[in-house]
Amino acid sequence: MRERSERETPRIPRLTPDEVVARLRDGMTIGIGGWGSRRKPMALVRAILRSPLRDLTIVSYAGPDVGLLAASGQARRIVTGFASLDSIALEPHFRNARQAGAVELTEIDEGMLHWGLLAAAHRLPFLPIRAGLGSDVMRVNPQLRTVRSPYADGEELVAMPALRLDAALVHMNRADAAGNGQYLGPDPYFDDLFCLAAEQAFMSCEQVVPALAGPPQSLLVNRAMVAGVCETPGGAHFTACAPDYGRDEEFQRRYAASAASPQAWQEFRERYLSGDEAAYHKAVAERAVGTSPASGERGAQ
Amino acid sequence: MSGISEPARADVCVLACARAWHGDGAVLASPMGLIPTLGARLARATFAPDLLLTDGEAHLLDADGNVEGWLPYRQVFTMVAAGRRHVMMGAAQIDSRGNQNISCIGPWERPKAQLLGVRGAPGNTVNHATSYWVPRHSRRVFTGQVDMVCGVGTDRGAVDLRAVVTNLAVLDFGGPGAVMRLVSAHPGVEVAQVLRETGFDLVLPAEVPVTPLPSAAELEIIARLDPEGQRHREVP
Repeated sequence: MRERSERETPRIPRLTPDEVVARLRDGMTIGIGGWGSRRKPMALVRAILRSPLRDLTIVSYAGPDVGLLAASGQARRIVTGFASLDSIALEPHFRNARQAGAVELTEIDEGMLHWGLLAAAHRLPFLPIRAGLGSDVMRVNPQLRTVRSPYADGEELVAMPALRLDAALVHMNRADAAGNGQYLGPDPYFDDLFCLAAEQAFMSCEQVVPALAGPPQSLLVNRAMVAGVCETPGGAHFTACAPDYGRDEEFQRRYAASAASPQAWQEFRERYLSGDEAAYHKAVAERAVGTSPASGERGAQ
Repeated sequence: MSGISEPARADVCVLACARAWHGDGAVLASPMGLIPTLGARLARATFAPDLLLTDGEAHLLDADGNVEGWLPYRQVFTMVAAGRRHVMMGAAQIDSRGNQNISCIGPWERPKAQLLGVRGAPGNTVNHATSYWVPRHSRRVFTGQVDMVCGVGTDRGAVDLRAVVTNLAVLDFGGPGAVMRLVSAHPGVEVAQVLRETGFDLVLPAEVPVTPLPSAAELEIIARLDPEGQRHREVP
């Protein structure tokens, strides 16, 4: 084995989506970054759909990541405050799964989810928060406890337990070979916290570049936070990945329509999700042929 | 669209939503939906110039549409916890104390209809001012008991429930014991209709005023904010 010089750039494993998924196990609690239908690590989610992984607990500001894993039956439990496709208000596959009683739910306020990730990232057992008090979040989560301030105010607060993750999956715009990641869109969401709350975090990105450029505050993920990098151009498709591409609204409508019946879902899955990531993008591109040119431009390439 | 003497209902609703933010100063206005968004923008353009408004992503935009600040979700949550926000949310169900549901209809364990989820409603209502917008005032929405308490009501620790604006009326929680009260009925709406569409007893003032009409200047601003008239599709 070659001696490593002190000046050599550190590197972390460069993985394919399937290699990332090979490091996951049945029954794991997996956090997924992004928000709704924005900058979701969809290539990694698609790789999970190709795998036999099952009994997963998914922690997410839920969008089509959760919808897909609910539809495939691989998610046993969802931990979230909502599920939405943004431009389509309600996540149709999540709705189906809930209405069929096919998936368990830990429903908490979106601020509680933030606080649970922050507690886990800080290795704290819990963090106090007002959100949840008086609401049915306490009824449907009987495991939740409150805590009283030890100071003069004596205020009662929800003790939001740490949301510790076995693994986290996030998608960045850029990364380098060392495992540093950069977002170029308007919102970091909570991707750094997902990584820090996890035993191991995997970061997909639009492009691995020799050197990251741009404002240092866009370097959201550093190499101490991640266990592997995955270059997946179009890897957030069909969710938005500003500024590289917007949401593919036309395709998202197809995805939503696939919740109309088990048969529609089977057809969608067969057509778009039965092959690898390259096959997915090929099927998406071929779908654009014959439709308006504008819809092709919005697709991920 | 409207009679000779009757103003468009949507414009009345936009102004009624706007007035919910009256006197708020420099707080983050978070309108959910088109008519509340037009209302917040009208408020800022007229009597509430200090309001902060986002573009729906992470930018704060000034009155001319220029970026004046950065507010990613993590900072929105901090503004929530700091109490410097006034949200106007929707409600699939709301009761006489203002307990609101946007999560699901039917038993939570296996709902008849899964909706959005609690989102930030529990935290909003215990931290800062909250108003509601209901585009279709009906007994299905205004119900005796909600299936899942998301936003908490005046009996469960809400810190500052303000207005409930609907396509028919403006309501608040000024009734005895902080219960829902009819504030005004929109022009052309009979009080009896409001009562008929509400699934619990409303507190009524001795005489029910008519919801204020937008002035010519306000109508001009609304038309400029929504030149294609999308608001008329939400409230015909």
